[in-house]
Amino acid sequence: MQPVATTFFFYLLSGLAVGSGVLVITRKNPVHSALALILTLLSLAGLYLMLYAPFVAGVQIILYVGGIMVLFLFVIMLVNLERSLKEKQFNQQWIAGVVAAVALGALFIAIYIKGHDLFPMPMKPVLETQNTQRIGEMLYSSYMFPFEIASLLLLVAIIGAVVMAKKRI
Amino acid sequence: MPGFITNYLDNSVHVTPGQYGSPFWALVYILIVFGGVSLAVVCMNWLERKILAHMQVRLGPMRVGPHGLLQPIADALKLILKEDIIPEGADRFVFWLAPLIILLAVFSVYTVIPFGPTHAITDMNIGILFMLGVSSLSVLGIVMAGWASNSHYPLIGALRSSAQMVSYEVAMGLAVISAILMTSLNDSGTGTLSMIGIVQAQFAQHTWFIFKFFPLGLIAFFIFAVAMVAETNRAPFDLPEAESELTAGFHTEYSGLRWSLFMLGEYAAMIAVSSIAITLWLGGWMRPFPNLLSGATWDLAFSFFPALTFFAIAGLTFYSTMRMPKHPFFKIQTIGLGAFGAVFVLIGLILLIPQVRSEIQDIYWFIAKIAVFMYLYIWYRGTFPRYRFDQLMKVGWKILLPMGIGVLMATGIVALRVEIWDFVRQMI
Repeated sequence: MQPVATTFFFYLLSGLAVGSGVLVITRKNPVHSALALILTLLSLAGLYLMLYAPFVAGVQIILYVGGIMVLFLFVIMLVNLERSLKEKQFNQQWIAGVVAAVALGALFIAIYIKGHDLFPMPMKPVLETQNTQRIGEMLYSSYMFPFEIASLLLLVAIIGAVVMAKKRI
Repeated sequence: MPGFITNYLDNSVHVTPGQYGSPFWALVYILIVFGGVSLAVVCMNWLERKILAHMQVRLGPMRVGPHGLLQPIADALKLILKEDIIPEGADRFVFWLAPLIILLAVFSVYTVIPFGPTHAITDMNIGILFMLGVSSLSVLGIVMAGWASNSHYPLIGALRSSAQMVSYEVAMGLAVISAILMTSLNDSGTGTLSMIGIVQAQFAQHTWFIFKFFPLGLIAFFIFAVAMVAETNRAPFDLPEAESELTAGFHTEYSGLRWSLFMLGEYAAMIAVSSIAITLWLGGWMRPFPNLLSGATWDLAFSFFPALTFFAIAGLTFYSTMRMPKHPFFKIQTIGLGAFGAVFVLIGLILLIPQVRSEIQDIYWFIAKIAVFMYLYIWYRGTFPRYRFDQLMKVGWKILLPMGIGVLMATGIVALRVEIWDFVRQMI
């Protein structure tokens, strides 16, 4: 079957991701920001698909869009929006922000110009039908230890949340 | 005919149009599936009202058409013509977007549902992940609808709905994983996430996964069957739209066409999650006993089922036609009911043609299984009282989730019993 990973889709998806990313920080209403963030995450899932990593794309949609962002929206809606909309927005850290943005931009430009020497040549992509199997094999063989450490961290986070939320256990 | 139409019709092609890479046939399949689902939703509308009515010893819709058969059409017309109201102070854009997101999420799921080995729009190697992920997007639509309405009842309904759906997704996912684990019990030792691959694994292992490792498959199916009802916000878990407390829940402020989009989304989601359950545990498109009762004779016998079903429906229709009141006032309705029966006989006769008969087999069994699930949904609604919200959360987190983890671990242990036994012997 013909590959769909064409340049057109790359520019479409990355344009969507960047555009909705800008919307996330410019919208005044936090719910609109959260919705724009969902669009960003969805277009990132599309970009993963283009990298022949369907499993990562599927997990991105389930975890980030279906799980985390729903909880985000959940919390935002419980906050009193009316008051925060009327308050004047201000920003006292714009100098630090500009410095960070310029630094990041300089880094991007530098990599764009000299990137060929820094990164290895592109590898032939793994067959997408084997993507899920490969991830499973790697997680349970060479990356077993970091995987278990990460799940332990999550367990600690859950216990911490329960301890903080519940006064008497 | 141009090549892009004829090349897929070649008898040597045994894949779905999506895998074959034929955009034209993929589009045709998409139109057929979407049209079929919309038609099924219309039929469900009538059946639900009728069956619920008969369960409560009422008649249900009787006025529009014979036995109210034209009621869905009248309803649809009414909803299209109704004024579309956007409440004062609502967030117009989000209000407009919410029903569209639900429809988009629900209908995208249908791209991977396998109605037969080649009768699917496409097959993805992450099929089941795609289905779970995309169907979880519909909760976004509900939350957006509730918030954008700028009203209290919808907001509470949306909050309930998101809490409910996020909780039951966990138990659902665990049940699904235990079924996927069963697909890896072959010589190569690798399972599959593809919807078609899962059904083929059941065929290769000579059993539906609901009967595999009895009772583990059955328990996993039970967890999914409960979580599925909660996911689609249906009774007895219809807290987000509990009319006694929240008027109509998250769609209180919606009217006319937009409201009907919510209804379409809800029924289409019911069909979609039922087909996940069917694919994972009930053998997908396979007819009963494909291995035990194999052979040309049994194939022929089972291939008459689609036509027989339609003849049975036609017989029921003719029986009702005879029982119609003889008063001249009911003359047109009697003729109409007879015409319905004639149409069913005609469909049954078409299904008897050998070419059609062999093609329709897989699709028929899949749809028959969906129909059983749809009846169960209505039956639940007619039988169970609504849960209280804390009871709902308790069932989700304290009963279904531990059961899911237990079934998953037990399935893993039973699947690897030989290896574990070898390991233990070596240790000793």
